[in-house]
Amino acid sequence: MAEATTTPALERHGLSDEQLRWILRNMLLQRTLDNRGFQLNRQGKIPFATGSEGHEGIHAGSALAFERGADILVPYYRDIGLCIGIGMEPLHVLLSMFARAADISGGRQFPNHFTNHALGLMSISSIIAAHLPHAVGAAYAMKYRKEAGRAVLATFGDGATSEGEWHESVNFAAVQSLPIVFLCENNEWAISTPREHQMAIRDVVDKAEGYGIPGEIVDGSDPIAVYDVMKRALDRARSGGGPTLVEAKCYRFLSHTTDDDDRTYRSRDEIERHRHLDPVPRFERVLVESGVMTTDEVSAMKREVLAHVNDVTDRAEALPYPVASDLYTNVYEGTHEPWL
Amino acid sequence: MAVASPSTVMNNVEAVRHTLYEALKNDERTLVLGEDVGARGNVFLITKGFIEEFGAERVIDTPLAEASIVGVAIGMAMEGLRPIAEIQFADFIYPAFNQIVGEAAKTRYRSNGDYTCPLVIRTPYGGGVRGALSHSVSIEALFYHVPGLKIVAPSFPSDIKGLLNAAIDDPDPVLFLEHKKTYRLVKGEVPSGHYTIPIGLADVKHPGDSLTVVSYGLYVHQAIEAAKRLADEGLSVEVIDLRSIRPMDRTTILASVRKTHKLLIVHEDNKFGGIGAEISAMVAEEALFELDAPIRRLCGPDVPAMGYALPLEEEFMVSTDEMAETMREMVRF
Repeated sequence: MAEATTTPALERHGLSDEQLRWILRNMLLQRTLDNRGFQLNRQGKIPFATGSEGHEGIHAGSALAFERGADILVPYYRDIGLCIGIGMEPLHVLLSMFARAADISGGRQFPNHFTNHALGLMSISSIIAAHLPHAVGAAYAMKYRKEAGRAVLATFGDGATSEGEWHESVNFAAVQSLPIVFLCENNEWAISTPREHQMAIRDVVDKAEGYGIPGEIVDGSDPIAVYDVMKRALDRARSGGGPTLVEAKCYRFLSHTTDDDDRTYRSRDEIERHRHLDPVPRFERVLVESGVMTTDEVSAMKREVLAHVNDVTDRAEALPYPVASDLYTNVYEGTHEPWL
Repeated sequence: MAVASPSTVMNNVEAVRHTLYEALKNDERTLVLGEDVGARGNVFLITKGFIEEFGAERVIDTPLAEASIVGVAIGMAMEGLRPIAEIQFADFIYPAFNQIVGEAAKTRYRSNGDYTCPLVIRTPYGGGVRGALSHSVSIEALFYHVPGLKIVAPSFPSDIKGLLNAAIDDPDPVLFLEHKKTYRLVKGEVPSGHYTIPIGLADVKHPGDSLTVVSYGLYVHQAIEAAKRLADEGLSVEVIDLRSIRPMDRTTILASVRKTHKLLIVHEDNKFGGIGAEISAMVAEEALFELDAPIRRLCGPDVPAMGYALPLEEEFMVSTDEMAETMREMVRF
């Protein structure tokens, strides 16, 4: 991986200046939304937030490779940038944080557990890896209906690869050669458990071989490299080539959630040693040094993003909570009463 | 295999097979997935020949992994298919517990209706077949606590067809329980053509005046047999076949109790925290002063499972003689 003092040269992989600027804006938006969640929590305005700081490169690159209107995203809870990258409005991140009635889940779900059927964004629970069989089922539906040109993108952290359902899902998809990409956002930590206590191998991608599917490692701090790998993997899935396991290496700079204190299990030194991997300033430098954007343009973009996040924060905060009677709806179609 | 006569005599296994066949034939969104459902045609031969007729993409031999059988089916359901997942024996359902309870039952709720999960999970359950610890269990009490799930356990061929059709048509997840001892033991007329029986409706299978017996599964058949013996003795017993466990039919139970003033609940699952406890509580809440005798429950004993040895299995199961004797005691109370 790149050292602190060097900035990788721009390797475009066919991306236009406009797409490169889109990537940076998506990364800045995610970082700003992340910060907003922690700020609102510390202000006592929301009970809980989860950040994705360090994952921005994975999200922006993957979102750009995602085919809107065709592909399905089955994310996990650390995917803000990916969800807004496939078309979810940032307002919905704030509606989720504030648990407002206008949130698509009606204020039921924890923050960052988005659903948006119209965008192909599947509803998830917090149970690690439990969403992966659903992703496989969705991919099966695509193959069964002979919907060529569509694929499922399923994401998870490194800890998820210990779960039985992870293995069952990759195996099922491999046996049936389904149109799906399994994307591991390996940030080295599962709450307080480091990778070496999670698995006896260094690279998650080694698990692909056991299921007979291709695996690829990518530097998750480099959104263009992620885009390139994800585009190829998704294209392979869309054209009948079966599943791929992609491992995007990154680092989790924040505590697991606002309820976690990472000082109890990892040193400040360790975090600083990884600081050079921070994808946001790194990609800013790439764009500036390659002449795609000026520093003034980057600053203007940051101001615009902050203003947008401020605006959606105010709008979401001003909206009402669900009402108490909303507790009883959508248990089933029809009555929730167990006695008829 | 469907015959164009008004009805056909089938046993329970044939009723399941007939209904699944019609579902696959009539709706391309339906597919069957599970262990050994394809080439083998299911361990009870329920889906024998299906793979040849409907193809391996609709009759899916899955890897041997129950959590993903249910979990993959959930994903199919969320994306518009109508999967019918099979857990080979109810005893094997535990690895899929989270997928059923944590995922399927909450899909509609957690997304506030943005996604739904029209899924059927079929599984054979129950004892009396020398199935030992892991081929005999009843699982309904583990799941009936869970809002978001529906549970049915019909045990007559015509009810199986009507309720399996209703389960397949249902927009929410349904756990469909088939008592394996009734598979070839119980025969009856099955009307031809598509019909449904609403989930949540019980059925009075043997009318009577002096005692209400609520049961389901294998024990309904034994309870009817016991009620017939008592009728020969001049004692009148009403037997209600619950058929649906969640939602449950309060109206039919209360109407019967208000007529007979006595209630006996009979189920194979163990007593503590079982279905009978909920029915007892409901009747105590709604109709306590209608009762002329304490409510009684005849259930499986509170041991982890029935053993393989015949005396252990027989001790676990409630015999028809025991049912008849308890009924006599209650009628005469």
